[in-house]
Amino acid sequence: MKEAVHIGPHPSSKPDLQQLVHEAALGDQDAFAAVYDAVSGPVLGVVRAVLRDRAQSEEVAQDVLVEVWRTAPRYRPELGTAINWILTLAHRRAVDRVRSVEAAAARDTKAALLDRTPEYDEVTEQVETRLEQEQVRRCLRTLTDLQRQAVTLAYYRGLTYRQVAESLSLPLGTVKTRLRDGLIRLRDCLGVTA
Amino acid sequence: MTIIDPHTLTGAYALHALSDEERAAVDRHLADCAACAQEVEEFGATAARLALAASTPARPAMREQVLQRITTVRQTPPADTTPMRAGRALRGGAVRWALAACIAAAAALGGTTWWQYGNAQDARQQAAQAQRQADEVAGVLSAPDARTRSAKIAGGAGTLVVSAARDRAVFVTSDMPAPPRGKVYQLWFDVDGTMRSAGLMSPDRASQTVLMTGATHDASGVGITVEPAGGSRQPTSKPVALLSMPA
Repeated sequence: MKEAVHIGPHPSSKPDLQQLVHEAALGDQDAFAAVYDAVSGPVLGVVRAVLRDRAQSEEVAQDVLVEVWRTAPRYRPELGTAINWILTLAHRRAVDRVRSVEAAAARDTKAALLDRTPEYDEVTEQVETRLEQEQVRRCLRTLTDLQRQAVTLAYYRGLTYRQVAESLSLPLGTVKTRLRDGLIRLRDCLGVTA
Repeated sequence: MTIIDPHTLTGAYALHALSDEERAAVDRHLADCAACAQEVEEFGATAARLALAASTPARPAMREQVLQRITTVRQTPPADTTPMRAGRALRGGAVRWALAACIAAAAALGGTTWWQYGNAQDARQQAAQAQRQADEVAGVLSAPDARTRSAKIAGGAGTLVVSAARDRAVFVTSDMPAPPRGKVYQLWFDVDGTMRSAGLMSPDRASQTVLMTGATHDASGVGITVEPAGGSRQPTSKPVALLSMPA
């Protein structure tokens, strides 16, 4: 495997986020403010990538950050880094919102999906963290077109793999495989060790 | 669908791209499959990098709002159990090749709680959120300074209730016809002639009470449009109703 090049800092490499979450878990509001400063950008970014609507995204991002405060005492470092915990929560909540709205509507799935076909550039056009973005972008380029489309549709648009299959006109099994293979390549390219 | 094969679903799982049923099946499997759990953990960390790349600065006001909100939110007590997760004991690249051995490994590793946020907790959080919203709605409707304005909407009726002190508004409808298939009613605040989304109405209830999203102080009116499911960033159709803010 090629050695991953790590360009620039990103929040997960800051050693003190774990500590700050720990202090916030003990009721320290100043520590939580520092957690907020470290994670609010990525939290809002990922929620907005999925929801797109600015007002809704802010509402969900706020709820996520309040939930981080509320459930910080339950966070267990042995299950993963704090940044991963928080961003997983943020993505999950954004996806939940998209699906609850969609489930409530008897919608024309196909038309809605085509309407939502993303461009990666569109997702990241407002990105501030250029270095992180550049590395992710570079690694996304190492995926095959189908892998990249499947991963970005699922992650940045919050589609289920069934919806991904439908929007790319691919069999379900193919999409499952593409998602997994794509993540393996991304993982190795980004040097993720969990 | 007949059989869910959790091995091949690790990618979709980490990207939250599964139905609840499939997700539950993978959850059960991860408890017994150290290699799968390891892979899911790494995929989760990989997905977090996708999130970091999408980072966008939040408005300064959002910081104030969140820091204000937490002063009234009680923290959960720490979990009293300390379940071990299966993957923890196995580390290193070799584990990635052990996927095929997942089922064999099942017996050796006890049942575990894998995901930080299981279904039960999700349900509690949803209940808590519903409760918060209900409290907010009640707060607006009972505010001493609440003002109302009503209008006929598409054969039904709508009433806008605004509390300036709470800087929030509630929209109450009755006998609204269902939106066309695949469409949804979306609420908007008119802010200096620009429509700012105030949330979506549930498409399957003729009468409902909706806590509108966002502040009211800079809004001069409220509009309702019919939008594609999921809502729009900007109105894409003529409003079915427009109300000025009650004086």
